Amino acid sequence: MHEETVYEALSNAHDDEGHWAFGTGFDEPLAGVDTTVPDGIDPADLGAYCLMLGDDALVLAQRLTQWITNAPELEEEVAIGNIGLDLLGQARLLLARAGSVGVLGRSRDLATDSIPDEDALAYFRDADEFRSTALVEAPNGDFARTMLRLLAAATVRLAVFARLRDSRDPVLAAIAAKGVKELTYHRDHAARWVLRLGDGTEESHRRAQDGVAAVWPLLADLFTATDVETRLAAAGVAVDPAGVRDEVRDVLTQVLQRATLSVPEWPAETGPRGRLGEHGPELTELLDTLQGLARQHPAATW
Amino acid sequence: MSAPTLERPAPDEAALLEQFDATLAADHRIEPRDWMPEGYRKTLIRQVAQHAHSEIIGMQPEGDWLLAAPSLRRKSVLLAKVQDEAGHGMYLYSAAETLGADRADLTDKLVEQKQKYSSIFNYPTLSYADVGVIGWLVDGAAICNQVPLCRSSYGPYARAMIRICKEESFHQRQGYELLMTMMRGTDEQRAMVQDAVDRWWWPTLMMFGPPDEHSPNTAQSMAWGIKRHTNDELRQKFVDMSVPQAEVLGVTFPDPELEFDPETGHYRFGKLDWEEFKRVVGGQGPMNAIRLARRRAARDDNAWVTEAATAYARKHEGAVA
Ligand SMILES: [Fe+2]
Ligand SMILES: [Fe+2]
Repeated sequence: MHEETVYEALSNAHDDEGHWAFGTGFDEPLAGVDTTVPDGIDPADLGAYCLMLGDDALVLAQRLTQWITNAPELEEEVAIGNIGLDLLGQARLLLARAGSVGVLGRSRDLATDSIPDEDALAYFRDADEFRSTALVEAPNGDFARTMLRLLAAATVRLAVFARLRDSRDPVLAAIAAKGVKELTYHRDHAARWVLRLGDGTEESHRRAQDGVAAVWPLLADLFTATDVETRLAAAGVAVDPAGVRDEVRDVLTQVLQRATLSVPEWPAETGPRGRLGEHGPELTELLDTLQGLARQHPAATW
Repeated sequence: MSAPTLERPAPDEAALLEQFDATLAADHRIEPRDWMPEGYRKTLIRQVAQHAHSEIIGMQPEGDWLLAAPSLRRKSVLLAKVQDEAGHGMYLYSAAETLGADRADLTDKLVEQKQKYSSIFNYPTLSYADVGVIGWLVDGAAICNQVPLCRSSYGPYARAMIRICKEESFHQRQGYELLMTMMRGTDEQRAMVQDAVDRWWWPTLMMFGPPDEHSPNTAQSMAWGIKRHTNDELRQKFVDMSVPQAEVLGVTFPDPELEFDPETGHYRFGKLDWEEFKRVVGGQGPMNAIRLARRRAARDDNAWVTEAATAYARKHEGAVA
C-alpha cells in the first residue's frame, strides 16, 4: 500500500457517490426482489407471519447487542457482533417483506414517507403490535443465561427456518435458506459455551444450571400455532410450531446432558402470548431504547 | 521460539546490534525471532499495546449508540464498525504477544492505568451526529497516523496495520456518508452535525500528539523506523485534507485562524489547548473513569467465564470445543 495514494484516495472518496463502506450488503434488504404474493396466499396472513419471525430476530439482536463492550473476551465481542448482524439482517428482510405485502398498521402513518417500511415497522410500532416471544424478550442475565437463551432461540428458529426453505412464498423461502446457515452457526456457538460452562468450574456449572432454570419456562408459549400460522401452514407457506417441538426438545436435551446439566421438565404449554401481542414490561423498556431517537425526529432521514 | 544452537558461541551484542542497524538501514523488517535491542522491544510493546487499548476503549463512545441507532441500516453499519474495532484490538494484542507481552497482562495494565490509550475516547458522544463525526474525523486522523505505520520496521505490527488501515478507511467513509445524509435532512439534524464538529475538531487535532518540540521520543522512534513522520507533519496533513471535505459537507471548523496560506500551500490553524490535552491524558477527561470502569467490569464480572473455558479445555484436552 503506497502512502501517498492512500491519502489521495481518502480525499477523493467523498464525491457523495456509492463508494459504500461495506459493499452493498446493508442497503435496501429486498432491492431487486420480485415481491409478488403467489396465488392462494392471504397477504395479511403472510405479513403477520413475517412480523412474528422478524420481531424475534430484531429483539434478540437488541439483547445481544447489550453485550457489546461488556463481553468476557474480545473473541466473544466479535462473535456476538456476527450473530447480532445476522439477526438484524434477518429482521430487515422479514420486516421489509411484511411491508411489501402492505402489513404496516399504524406505523406507516406515524413515520415520514422517506422512512423505509422496515424502519416504520421497527421504530413506529408500540409493544402491543410486536409479535415477538418472551424467549427473546427476557433480559440477558449473566453470560450463562445469555448463552442458554441463545441456544434455545437458535434451536427453535433453525428448526423453523429449515422447513421454511420449502415455503410456497419464494421470498420467505429465500430468506429461510440464507438464515439456515447463519442459525446453524448461532446454535453451535451457544452450544459450545453451554458445554464449557456446564462442564467447566463449579461456579460456571451453577450459573449454567440457573440459566436453564430461567430459560426453560420461556419455552411455554412457543409451540402452539396461532390462527395465522395454522392457516398459512395448511397453505404450505408457514411452519406449524407444534411440528418442531420434538426436534427442539431432543437437541436441547442432548446439549444439556453433554454439558453435565440436569434437564428440567418440559414446561406446560400456555398457548400463544407474544405472537398475539401480549408482552411483559421488559419489551416496552427495550423498545423505549431502540425507538427513542427515531421517534424524537420523525421527519429526519438517517 | 527456536532453541539456541549450542555448538556455536553466541555472537556478541555489538555484532547483533550491527546486524539490527543494517536491517533498518536497508528498510527491511525486524521479525519476532530476530535479535533486537531491549529499548526497541520495550518501546514497541508500549506503542502497540497503547494502540490496542485505544481500539478496545474506542468501541465504547460509539457503542453507546448501538441500542438507539435511528434506523436498522445504521444499526447494522455501526455494529459492524464497533465489531471491527474489537478485531483491530485482537490483531494488535497478537502483534504485542510476538514481542513477549501477554494480552491479559496488558489488559491489567490498561485497567490499572499503567498504560494509556488515545485520549480522544475520553469525550462523550452526545448525539447521533457524533457517530458520523467520529467516523469522519477520528477514524480519519487515525488513518493519517496509521498509514505510515504500515511501513513500521517491526514486521508483525506493519502487517497488522495494513489490514487495519483498509478497514479504517471504510469507517471513515461510513461516517462521512452519515453526515452527508444528515446534512440533507432537517434543520435540527444539520445543527446536530455542526455541534458535533465543533466539539470534536480540537480533540481530534490533539490525536497527533504533542508538538514536535515537546515530543522527546520522536527522534529515537524515527531512527528505529517505528515512527515515520513527526506529530506536526501528520497534523498538518490532516488539516489540509479535512478542510475541503468540510466545505463539501457544508460545515465549518471552530477555528477563526483557519486559513489557506498560498505561500506554503498549507492551511494555517490556531493554537491547541495543550493544558486540556494533559488533563485528559492524565485521566481528568470527562469520560476517563467511565471508560476504564466498563473495561474493568468486563474483565472482572466475566472472569468466571474465562476460568470455565480454561477448566473445560484442561478436562477435555485435545477436544475442539
Ligand atoms: Fe480501528
Ligand atoms: Fe475505526
